[in-house]
Amino acid sequence: MTAGIDLGHPQAQAIRSDEDVVRVRQLVRAVAVAVKLSLVDQTKVVTAASELARNTLVYGGGGAVEVTIVDNGRRKGVRIVFADSGPGIPDLDLALTDGYTTGGGLGLGLSGARRLVDEFGIETSAATGTRITVTKWSR
Amino acid sequence: MALSTEETGRLVALLGAQADRVTSRWTEIVTSSLRGRLSQAELRRQVQDLHSAIITTGEQGDFDLSADNAAELRAALSELSRGRARQGFSATETSISVFALKDVLAELVQESDGKGALHDYVAFAKLVDEMGLFTFDSFVRTRESLIADQAEQLLELSTPVVKLWEGVVAVPLVGTLDSARAQVVMERLLQTLVDTSSPYAIIDITGVPAVDTQVAQHILKTVVAARLMGADCIISGIRPQIAQTIVALGIEFGDIATKASLADALRHVLRLTGVETARRQPRRDA
Amino acid sequence: MERVPILKIGDILLVSIQLDMSDQTAVQLQEDLAERIVATGCHGVIIDITALDIVDSFVGRMLSTIASISRVLDAETVVAGMRPAVAITLVELGLSLNGIRTALNVERGMELIAAARADELDHQLDDDPDVETATP
Repeated sequence: MTAGIDLGHPQAQAIRSDEDVVRVRQLVRAVAVAVKLSLVDQTKVVTAASELARNTLVYGGGGAVEVTIVDNGRRKGVRIVFADSGPGIPDLDLALTDGYTTGGGLGLGLSGARRLVDEFGIETSAATGTRITVTKWSR
Repeated sequence: MALSTEETGRLVALLGAQADRVTSRWTEIVTSSLRGRLSQAELRRQVQDLHSAIITTGEQGDFDLSADNAAELRAALSELSRGRARQGFSATETSISVFALKDVLAELVQESDGKGALHDYVAFAKLVDEMGLFTFDSFVRTRESLIADQAEQLLELSTPVVKLWEGVVAVPLVGTLDSARAQVVMERLLQTLVDTSSPYAIIDITGVPAVDTQVAQHILKTVVAARLMGADCIISGIRPQIAQTIVALGIEFGDIATKASLADALRHVLRLTGVETARRQPRRDA
Repeated sequence: MERVPILKIGDILLVSIQLDMSDQTAVQLQEDLAERIVATGCHGVIIDITALDIVDSFVGRMLSTIASISRVLDAETVVAGMRPAVAITLVELGLSLNGIRTALNVERGMELIAAARADELDHQLDDDPDVETATP
């Protein structure tokens, strides 16, 4: 699957539909394999990406994702940035609470995804939308 | 840091002219520093390798340790330090094999006593320093990878998953469970459940010195993951003081079956799976 | 949009999910299954997820919903073949799939459904309320 992807550069993928969420999963999987994450870590980061991509679609009204290989000198990792220009998240603390949902889901998307990755950053405002950055490092 | 063409020429001439004498003296110095822990013949071979690599480098162009023409020399230095690291020599004992060349050069330069001898010696000494540092670096790299390998082996060794009965596997945990080990144990156990199609797993913690909330968390997560896969876990080997800690810390094992010993756990599982002898035998004996 | 095929084997419906489902496909599967349970009168559903390399909260919710729907329709649902990495991830995600029966593989799932069915028949005879299996 990695054959068609030039991993030297950040990979971008629009999130406009259900099928795009599937594409995001496949893209993240390919990059996670390329940086040699363990099988469990691959599964964790792909699952997190799936949750966040769906959030981008459902709550952000669509957006885009960018997947990059990062290297801190000792370890390699996958960094994924989800950006939308939706209404933003009014109460971030609440949104990061297990079980809280406005979309009829299980309320595990944001809080669960945060537990599956090593680094989790979020910027949100009503004016600029939401931008979530997650990173998973190889062990 | 490179030598100029003239300096390179003089270095090659100096070392090449009396090759035998250079390697003998070099070997002598190294041998005395290692106090007989490597044979003279072996050391002489290593020194000769380095010597010829230095000459080759110099003959192929200006002397620069990071340049292409020094590839052979770098390989020789890496091999030397890898070997020393594996054999358990210290960093000092390893780099001295290279630094010994400085003594040899000092003697040779002194004898030649030509114009600019001091200048040459300083340039050569810098080069030897560079080679020494390179050796040191690859020595450290080798040691680091050795340590990483050993840590991994230890991880493998300390987490066996054994099949106790048809459909029952057990993992006897021994030693402290840190996060990395717990993860390995968890993955190995779950994979074994799939591979052997075993619906029961016994996690025996007899060999775990202490159970804190973190260890308990890891065990609980394993149990929940196993349930998601369609297997049940029983925790056994809970010693009295561990039972007390568990209660004192308020750790909830919920509806997870806990047994005092591995034997009790196995008996419990066999009863669940309907194996008759396991239930009757101990009662008759008692 | 792709559809997940549903196979009928004896008294059991077998769904083997082989593709990376879009959310829409998952919802469609949920609807298709309900219809097939009613149409066939089957009393067991096995969802084989051996081929799934991730289960996120959406698919997790779909599995729970299918289990609830089939229970209403008097059919037992077993999710079979979850991979270790997927199980570990689900635990970390905080999804426990409460109320879903699980089995290591399809064969074990069939045994589980047969056993549950036998239990139920016993219950109807002697009305013993407690014997649900150990796997929640």
